[in-house]
Amino acid sequence: MKIRQLSLFLENRPGQLRAPCKILGDAGIDVLTMSLADTQQFGILRLVVEDTDRARQVLEAAGVVVNVTEMLAVDVPDHPGGLAQVLEGFEKADLGVEYMYPYGRGGAATLLFRVEDPDRAERILAEHGVRLVPSAELYARAAR
Amino acid sequence: MLTPRFENRLFDPAEALPRDALRALQARRLAQVVERVSRVPLYREALAASGVSASSVRSPDDVRRLPFTVKDDLRRTYPLGLLAVPRAEVARIHGSSGTTGKPTFVAYTRGDLETWSGLCARFLVAGGLRPEHTVHIAFGYGLFTGGFGLHYGVERVGAAVVPAAGGNTPRQVQLIQDLQADVLVCTPSYALHIGEVANAQGIGPDRIPLRYGHFGGEPWTEELRGEIERALGIAAFNNYGLSEVIGPGVSGECLHRRGMHISEDHFLVECVDPDTLEPVEDGEVGELVFTTLTKEAMPVLRYRTRDLASLDRSPCPCGRTGTRMSRVRGRSDDMIIVRGVNVFPSQVEEALLRAEGTAPHYLIEVSRPGALDEVAVKVEVRPADFKDEMRQMVELRDRIDREIHAVTGVRMTVELVAPNTLERSAGKARRVIDYRKPPG
Repeated sequence: MKIRQLSLFLENRPGQLRAPCKILGDAGIDVLTMSLADTQQFGILRLVVEDTDRARQVLEAAGVVVNVTEMLAVDVPDHPGGLAQVLEGFEKADLGVEYMYPYGRGGAATLLFRVEDPDRAERILAEHGVRLVPSAELYARAAR
Repeated sequence: MLTPRFENRLFDPAEALPRDALRALQARRLAQVVERVSRVPLYREALAASGVSASSVRSPDDVRRLPFTVKDDLRRTYPLGLLAVPRAEVARIHGSSGTTGKPTFVAYTRGDLETWSGLCARFLVAGGLRPEHTVHIAFGYGLFTGGFGLHYGVERVGAAVVPAAGGNTPRQVQLIQDLQADVLVCTPSYALHIGEVANAQGIGPDRIPLRYGHFGGEPWTEELRGEIERALGIAAFNNYGLSEVIGPGVSGECLHRRGMHISEDHFLVECVDPDTLEPVEDGEVGELVFTTLTKEAMPVLRYRTRDLASLDRSPCPCGRTGTRMSRVRGRSDDMIIVRGVNVFPSQVEEALLRAEGTAPHYLIEVSRPGALDEVAVKVEVRPADFKDEMRQMVELRDRIDREIHAVTGVRMTVELVAPNTLERSAGKARRVIDYRKPPG
């Protein structure tokens, strides 16, 4: 049920963001969502694509530093307090959120969460009323 | 350059010894030093191998038959393996400047300290210091030879010392003003920094009591001399020395400032091609090599300084007969001097090894955006070290930062860069880019 994510190391200078996007574009790989975290000197670009392994392969072949990590996808009720409700489930399950960003496909308000221990999270979130969106379902929404 | 307004004066008549008398003195002293170093195992073996004995030394040119000494000889005989006198006769120990990796030590007898302060007094007087003056010393006091060397040199001249040491620049400006210092002693880059801090506080050269400055400890340029002179309203003088030879006092400028007179009655100088070790022509840049003629505790034979400079043996109007050396134009190894501290790229490599387990590719960039040196170390991130979490990456950078400071004693800005982005030329990585103006 976990979603695989690619993390890319970027230097903080012009052209650094475009290069990996071009590599993926040339390989015909569609980026489903992305998020950029930055410091003064470097950034981390996080991407979700359908074919993670092939994306990693073409990026690494082009000399990009890539790390693959696992994320959890959660549909958030699209009304005031919806996110607070989801996070309450995380809190009850005693799960710390490292960071999160939206998945903007298919009409639903979906958020991708990075937590400290994705395996444990997967096991216990349902018990606390949080449903995880499986990757197949997530990718299917993008194709729609 | 501001024209210094003082009478030429010698501190020691030996500074103007006729050349033939000087050569005779050098020959005698060279034989003595060969005798003295035969008490040092390293030299005893080397001299035996080359078949040189004290009695076979008849001319200063015989120095070319002697073995070279390199920095590594001091490291290998750590801490005091080159000592030529019983330990009880040692009166002072200094260390190579700054680095905390593995320092090298040098020792002085009571007699060496007398010689040394006299040598510092020579260049101070040649550059205008008089007994009635007050001297502000902003060199670090410690194992580094700069502070104590100049301190006792100033006392020898009979002038007053303000041992301000380094740091807290606004306070230095205040002390210089309140105590009416005539002369400033420090590194040239710190002199400019003091000038800039004073100027920024609205204290122009007309309100700074200083008249002369004696600067050394790092290579500098004529351009920097001009800037220091304008900022502080002083005539600036260059001096040279290194702890392995004695410290400051090996050479210094007279009022004509056309090179630094070497005290050749105490140091035999050679200028050699660093690859062939054959002498270069006068006026050509080569590596300076010094043999100490009078040092007792730790004499050195043909010490390879790694400093590149040229020699000028033409007569100087000041009457001093000592050969003049140019400014140091560079190094024949990869050492860089950062804010007066000697740093080798290998130390940065050592720090990276400690921080991560293996040494990734790195590039050291040295610049001087204001008065003081800035160093940036670009480190390539290895895929194995790349983590998705920003916190871990920032921790990695901070860890490298701490290790570099621990090993070199210098704060550097660590920048993480992508792999294979640092230039590699002919398979060998370029480790240092120095954007500071080369000494001209």
